Amino acid sequence: MSSRDRELLDGTHGDGAAFAMRLVVRAAEVTRARQLIDITRAHVDSCLYHGEATLDFVQRLTDGHARVSVPTTLNVGAVDLLHPELFRGDPGVADRGRLLMNRYRALGARPTFTCAPYQLLDVRPSLGEQVAWGESNAIAFCNSVLGAKTNRYGDFLDIAAAITGRVPEAGLHLTEARRATVVLRLADDLPAALRDADVVFPVLGIVLGRRAGSAVAAIDGLAANQSEDRLKALGAAAASSGSVAMFHVVGSTPEAPTLGDALQHQAPERVELIRLAELRAVRDELSTASGDRLTAVSLGTPHASLSELERYAAMLADRRVHPDVECLVSTGRDVMAEASAQGILGRLRQAGVELAVDTCSYITPLLRNAAGPVMTDSGKWAYYAPGNIGASVIFGSSAECIHSAVAGRVVRDMRPWGGA
Amino acid sequence: MTEIHARALVLAEGLSLWGGMDPSSGEIIDVHHPQLGASLTGRIVVMPSGRGSSSSASVLAETVRAKTAPAAMLLAEPDLILAIGAAVAEELYGVQVPILVLPPDELAAIPDGVMLRIGEGTVRRE
Repeated sequence: MSSRDRELLDGTHGDGAAFAMRLVVRAAEVTRARQLIDITRAHVDSCLYHGEATLDFVQRLTDGHARVSVPTTLNVGAVDLLHPELFRGDPGVADRGRLLMNRYRALGARPTFTCAPYQLLDVRPSLGEQVAWGESNAIAFCNSVLGAKTNRYGDFLDIAAAITGRVPEAGLHLTEARRATVVLRLADDLPAALRDADVVFPVLGIVLGRRAGSAVAAIDGLAANQSEDRLKALGAAAASSGSVAMFHVVGSTPEAPTLGDALQHQAPERVELIRLAELRAVRDELSTASGDRLTAVSLGTPHASLSELERYAAMLADRRVHPDVECLVSTGRDVMAEASAQGILGRLRQAGVELAVDTCSYITPLLRNAAGPVMTDSGKWAYYAPGNIGASVIFGSSAECIHSAVAGRVVRDMRPWGGA
Repeated sequence: MTEIHARALVLAEGLSLWGGMDPSSGEIIDVHHPQLGASLTGRIVVMPSGRGSSSSASVLAETVRAKTAPAAMLLAEPDLILAIGAAVAEELYGVQVPILVLPPDELAAIPDGVMLRIGEGTVRRE
């Protein structure tokens, strides 16, 4: 520990900073780190209300005069602060959720309230940067797609790292831990159209999470230079079905120009094939409802990027969402501001699409009829919404979701799946 | 460390407390989990790993506040997220939820429902 670390611990910088430092030291014990290292940025997930314990915690920090010491962004909270009328749950919970969000802002963090901070170009870390990020999809994206280094910082430890500017030198902060030990190879029976379909990425993500668990895996067999939107969908699903904090996609992610690079030129512990039958089975498992009835379409989990909003607007063109269906897109307030400036927001609203920011429709009651069936293009939404908000789910591609929203019933396109 | 004496709940699959458990009831709500509906409250939860969301620390602290927490958790690998949740709960509410790591073969040998005694970092079967 440095002399500043010891000062933090002994309360020289206040009781709040001392509490934060005790958590960082506890983390160092659990991870058996030899030393602490500096971080340049933090992304904090602790601002989502999970009951009074989350408020009791931040109160302890506030009472102890804690402040963040590195540039810090905030993850989603329980309410859309810009469109509070969208909240359909217990107003008491909304008040507590809002209070928590404001308490984190008061610690000096930037009120981004997005689960996709990597879409904000002015705060996203560069290759090799040491950071402390919370939120499972953001962690996976940070390590895998940006090549910045973070461990899985859960609630409490994320803000403790932001306050102290320190983390244990362990896990994915170290280059050797970023090596793929598992290779997941797409089998020859996958149709070419499926390998290049948006819809395969969340499904592949669920498979990745199940097969890899907490190991680092490399996916081999996709075309090079996959888009950030696809890699986002892949990582979010993988971090839902498994504890995936990092993955490689050969030819697309920065530490995997080749399979050999992903493996850091060592032999993998195992090589496994992913066959079409497994992908179809996982796709079907993501739907808990059948038939063609639907009450809502939920897009933007993780938060929609500007390019996704543009695609939705283009797919809708001059058509409108069916009056019996609610079409809700979640995004970040900064992306929404940009979409507004570019006229994309106006086109979406004109078509009957509703936008929510600062939160997400599977963690907080936003949908008019949450019981569903709700159609989604997100593996993560499909995975969590049945338990969190009691929704029945129909999983499909973004295009299927948009076409279904317009038709007022589920419209399928099985062509990428080879017809079944 | 206070001694803990409670019945084991062996989970067939890892459980993310966030999205997987309702802190107000202590029950498993993950519809994909084979033990949907089982209560974790007061049990020594045995599972290979805590998986999924980085919000599980908050949920663990909230279960301590709401008195629906597991008595302890036994894992096959260290879990930073759960360890920090337990550390915060202890600072805020003065209650310990020990999170212990056992060798995978010892963990796998624990039958569901058996009484366990945890003290000084050791686990003994009654």
